[in-house]
Amino acid sequence: MSERTSNRIFDTVNITFVSLFVIFCLAPFVHTIAVSLSSNRAITSGEVTLWPVEFNWDAYVQVFSDQSMLNSLGFTVILTLATTLLCMLFTIAAAYPLTKGRLKGRKFFMYMIIITMFFSGGIIPEYLLIRDLNMINTVWALILPGLVSPFNLIILISFFKNIPPSLEESAEIDGSSFINTLLRIVLPLSLPVMATLALFYAVGRWNGFQDALMYVTDPQIYPLQLKLFQMVQNNMVTELTQMEGANRAALTPEALKAATVIFATVPILCVYPWLQKYFVSGVMLGAVKG
Amino acid sequence: MTKAKSTLTQMNGYGELNKRTTYFKRYWQLYALLSLPILYFLIFRYGPMYGVQIAFKDFNLFQGINGSEWIGLEAFREVFAMNDFYITLRNTFMLNFLDLIVSFPAPIILAIMLYEIRSARFKRISQTILYIPHFISWVIIGGIVYQLFGTQSGMINGLLQGMGFEAIPFLTEKNSWLVTYLFTGVWQSAGWGTILYLAALTGVNKELFEAADVDGASRLRKIWHITLPSIKPTIVTLLILNLGRMVSIGFDRPYIIGNTAVREYSDVLSTFVYRIGLESGQYTLATVVGLFQAVVGLIFILGSNYISKKTTGDGIL
Repeated sequence: MSERTSNRIFDTVNITFVSLFVIFCLAPFVHTIAVSLSSNRAITSGEVTLWPVEFNWDAYVQVFSDQSMLNSLGFTVILTLATTLLCMLFTIAAAYPLTKGRLKGRKFFMYMIIITMFFSGGIIPEYLLIRDLNMINTVWALILPGLVSPFNLIILISFFKNIPPSLEESAEIDGSSFINTLLRIVLPLSLPVMATLALFYAVGRWNGFQDALMYVTDPQIYPLQLKLFQMVQNNMVTELTQMEGANRAALTPEALKAATVIFATVPILCVYPWLQKYFVSGVMLGAVKG
Repeated sequence: MTKAKSTLTQMNGYGELNKRTTYFKRYWQLYALLSLPILYFLIFRYGPMYGVQIAFKDFNLFQGINGSEWIGLEAFREVFAMNDFYITLRNTFMLNFLDLIVSFPAPIILAIMLYEIRSARFKRISQTILYIPHFISWVIIGGIVYQLFGTQSGMINGLLQGMGFEAIPFLTEKNSWLVTYLFTGVWQSAGWGTILYLAALTGVNKELFEAADVDGASRLRKIWHITLPSIKPTIVTLLILNLGRMVSIGFDRPYIIGNTAVREYSDVLSTFVYRIGLESGQYTLATVVGLFQAVVGLIFILGSNYISKKTTGDGIL
């Protein structure tokens, strides 16, 4: 066998395996989309795999006419934007001073932050704290506890440190204050890493579930994940009661559940591909020092 | 002599003071920037650490953290006598260990395959898709899992039954459930896990491959002798760090994928803390379990970091 043919065989096999893995990643979504667009009869009789059967939009019409679902979506979008903005402000405010070697107390503050990466009080003391601060059932319980991720902070510090110091020094000689230098020189040079961190914070808030489960009982401020969870739990009840032969008709139709899942996934899929080229470098920075 | 000395100290003192004022004049903005984040860390990260003392107190909500009575290690004795504690501890190790066996090699193989792809376009598109699951919440994954693995209308069981097999209770029988749990882990993390390996591979000297070509080495031989050795340090470091996280387990995945029918396997330390603490209101006991997990977790991480530094010269601290 010549070298060229063996190379070609290798490439074909390799591409086939990678493609299979890509399909493996996509298939669950494709199936869910197919279910969301199929009739309930086709779903319950098990005819739907990767293509809609008896195509219809009913489930989506139902999702979009469910006012509580739309409220939850609107609330989660605003919550995610506000959280991301605050997290970024706090993370930048912490990172920039900590890159200044001459700052007294810098080491102390660094240790103070790094310790929290390896030890925490646990969820019960955290819950009691939020309770003592009267934040139960307020949006603050969903925003404040995760304001600065030490991991993200360290990514930002290592990025800031890589900016050539001569750029900042020349500004400082011209009499620019630190805040001015930060705004005029450091931040404009850090847009890729800031996009990465904003994505991490936004995805974290969008996907965040445990804090909502712990701190929120008021349906007015149900994040989407909590609303979805109740539906998933409903699925579980279905699964458990099926064994006892309970009546399925009374339960949420499969198509509606699938449509809701897609409804909550699409916003992430809209944002993420645009930021992909940035976050790879961000993850690498974090891996070195994180 | 004495006079001269005192003038000197005076001058020194004045100089110090002067230096200090110019220092603060120059640096106050940095402290102003730091103040709010530091306040955040004090309240929301160190506040709960202060609250950990309720592990040693007979805590009740009305008396609060400071008002409750000290009971020493009584709560620890109670927890260590609980059967459920050992079950959840065992499950935590078991799920993490199985996850490591199943989910750890997948990104390595995938990264090597991606590295071998010559078409930049195909590679980029594959990567975009492979990273997606990492950004999907466990709640959504849970929803999809029920669509796929349910016994009645789940797709997998539909296909199995179509081929004449019996339906497998992927969600309600503990051993089958383990398969579901591990499967979702691979699905969610394999693609994202390739990032670090691919990063390590960008540093490989291309001349090595050219030299191997001259020697007539096959692609598989090149993978075995060049590609794999160049990501070996990354593999070892990640493996050790993963071993260091054996006691820590996220809450969302076991809580959402798990259910009462498979609790014997799905109940882990994080869900146990939630269940006895927030659902049953046994705050002291739950805090004890949380503290146990935090301390043992810290020992594991420090230990693995030490080993990692010894073997690869690379750690996280």
